Amino acid sequence: MSVESQKNKASGALREINVGYIARVEGEGAIRINSEGGKISRLEVNVWEPPRFFEGFLVGRKYDEVPDLSGRICGICSTSHQLTSIYALEDAMGIHESAQTRTLRKLMALGSFIMNLAVHIYVLEAPDYFRKGSVFGLIPEHLEVVKKAIRIKRVGNELASLIGGRPTHPVSLVVGGFSSLPSTQALRDFLPKIQEIKQDALDTLRIIAGIKRPDFESLCEHVALSDPPQYAINMGNLVSTRGMNIPPEKHDDVFRSKFVPHSNALHYYVEGRDSFMVGALPRVNLNYAHLSADARKTAEESGLKFPAFNPFYGMAARAVELVSMVDEAVEILGTLKVREEKPEVKTCAGKGYAVTEAPRGALYHAYQVDEKGVVEFADIVTPTAHHVYNLEKDLWKFVPTTEDLPLDDATLFCEMLVRAYDPCFSCSVH
Amino acid sequence: MKKAIVAVYKFGSCAGCQLELLNYEEGLLDLLELVDFAQFYEATRDNRPGPYDLGLVEGAIISPDQVEVIKKAREDCKVLVAVGACATTGGVPALKNDHEVGSLLTRVYPGNEKDIETLNSGKGIDAYVKVDYYLQGCPVERSEILELVHALFLGRRPDLKPWPVCMECKMKENVCLVVSRSESCMGPVTRAGCGALCPTFGRPCYNCHGPMSNPNPKALMDVFAAQGLSTEDIVRKFTGYAREMEPFKKGIEEYVSRVTEK
Repeated sequence: MSVESQKNKASGALREINVGYIARVEGEGAIRINSEGGKISRLEVNVWEPPRFFEGFLVGRKYDEVPDLSGRICGICSTSHQLTSIYALEDAMGIHESAQTRTLRKLMALGSFIMNLAVHIYVLEAPDYFRKGSVFGLIPEHLEVVKKAIRIKRVGNELASLIGGRPTHPVSLVVGGFSSLPSTQALRDFLPKIQEIKQDALDTLRIIAGIKRPDFESLCEHVALSDPPQYAINMGNLVSTRGMNIPPEKHDDVFRSKFVPHSNALHYYVEGRDSFMVGALPRVNLNYAHLSADARKTAEESGLKFPAFNPFYGMAARAVELVSMVDEAVEILGTLKVREEKPEVKTCAGKGYAVTEAPRGALYHAYQVDEKGVVEFADIVTPTAHHVYNLEKDLWKFVPTTEDLPLDDATLFCEMLVRAYDPCFSCSVH
Repeated sequence: MKKAIVAVYKFGSCAGCQLELLNYEEGLLDLLELVDFAQFYEATRDNRPGPYDLGLVEGAIISPDQVEVIKKAREDCKVLVAVGACATTGGVPALKNDHEVGSLLTRVYPGNEKDIETLNSGKGIDAYVKVDYYLQGCPVERSEILELVHALFLGRRPDLKPWPVCMECKMKENVCLVVSRSESCMGPVTRAGCGALCPTFGRPCYNCHGPMSNPNPKALMDVFAAQGLSTEDIVRKFTGYAREMEPFKKGIEEYVSRVTEK
């Protein structure tokens, strides 16, 4: 125990960890923690991002504009919101996707994931482990690593653009399929690009596996989509480490929300149980066997072991996913033969539900539409809304382990735990 | 060359426009030779107070505390730029302006309506402060941010595109969706810059870049009506991404009153 902390304890010193605007996360949130002699008197993940009321203003909008509008919940995972919205609207109107549409939607999601995983690992989370304020700070000493990060991110964005026109708020994804299809040749021509980043992805996994993580465990419930033998992204049932197994339409029967005054994001929990975690770590824990062989082999060679319940292990889970998703994109780009298909939509009244895995975890959209396909009711629960309550509970357990550290370090470690959850506060409030 | 001190601000938005800064990819390394991001919370933990040479503002003003922050931003920044649809016109967050705020609060926070601070309507930042430049688009075009930064360095006016998406469609030799497929394309009134992305990808433009300079919404509304669109559908077309912009607001009012008179 350090001299400072002995003094703190002896005097029952007051300590305040106050980060008013958490950096390197999506959106706006704060952490406010007061303790006295190691005993916490107040702890808040204060999500102060103001609401935009998507669930209110989507009412009255039509099915052909809703995916584009709901995509505006989040710039970085607009693809996930668009896809989830499309699936829920198709469910409401009894539309079934073709096998080709399913594969191309998966490929689109993979492009978005590859970009997101690279951004999260290198831009948002890793700089702390190098004691840098940002990825910009890594440039002087680690230019080659930064270039690796940019290459992976760029190719992910280019893949999303190939299918969707642009990475942020793509344009070709519509209810019923795609407004425009890539040619088979365009997919094959893209293969060398994605193959080129395979090595970067493997290097990333080895670098991240080798990073020393804070020693902390949180045995909470982990929830993710499952769709064996696929590594589930766009469809499946929600399963958990406590035996949950439900289709998307049962979401509201199992998950409950409550309002807390310090958060514009609602707190979700499992009915009759407790808070839970979503995201890369639960996905890898629950679907490990369905990752690509190379991803699993490299993870094991690098000393990673799943299931893992240290939230700081999430960055390693993302790196494992990165390799697996590059492999999966290579497979689709090399084999899919695209034939001409046109979206066909006959509107009808109905209610529909969808859950997908967004890069940050399980994402739920539900809509009720009238016979013209105009929205009468919308409900959206994002990954960060799902688990911000769990993050707050993890901080309660984690903060006492930092009491021996100087305040600056303790503050940094608390921020690191927040970033390990990869929150999107913009999404969580929407 | 002395670097420009740049601050990135976020208000009610999806963070997609600031993401576009990171999406310069390899070009970001070059951009960092020109600018020093003194405030950019999404990308760095090292943020420092103003004054700044350039403020890039993303997002609509949707809550009371944001009004104070944007006023302070104006004081702190020599040049203040509205980046993207939300900051320029209110964008998608302004869709709440169709609804009574109490009902929105009850929809999302039933029983806790009084705990949430929100403004009755979402607006672009120029409802509160003077804006030096507007970069339209949802998201903003990366090329237009670069053009702006270059222009500021060279002391000239940025060369932004005031003409409609139709120009870019012609340059791409796209077949016109309105003429050939009778589709309800917003291209004729929408500001260019995207490279006619939607028509190139086989779907009608949905106006994510907002109005071009001096558009003629009335003429296009009549075309849509002749195509068989209902009044509700036509209003929806013009109220997605730039509903608060004067030419569209006026166009809708006139159209609706004309139709109701009939």
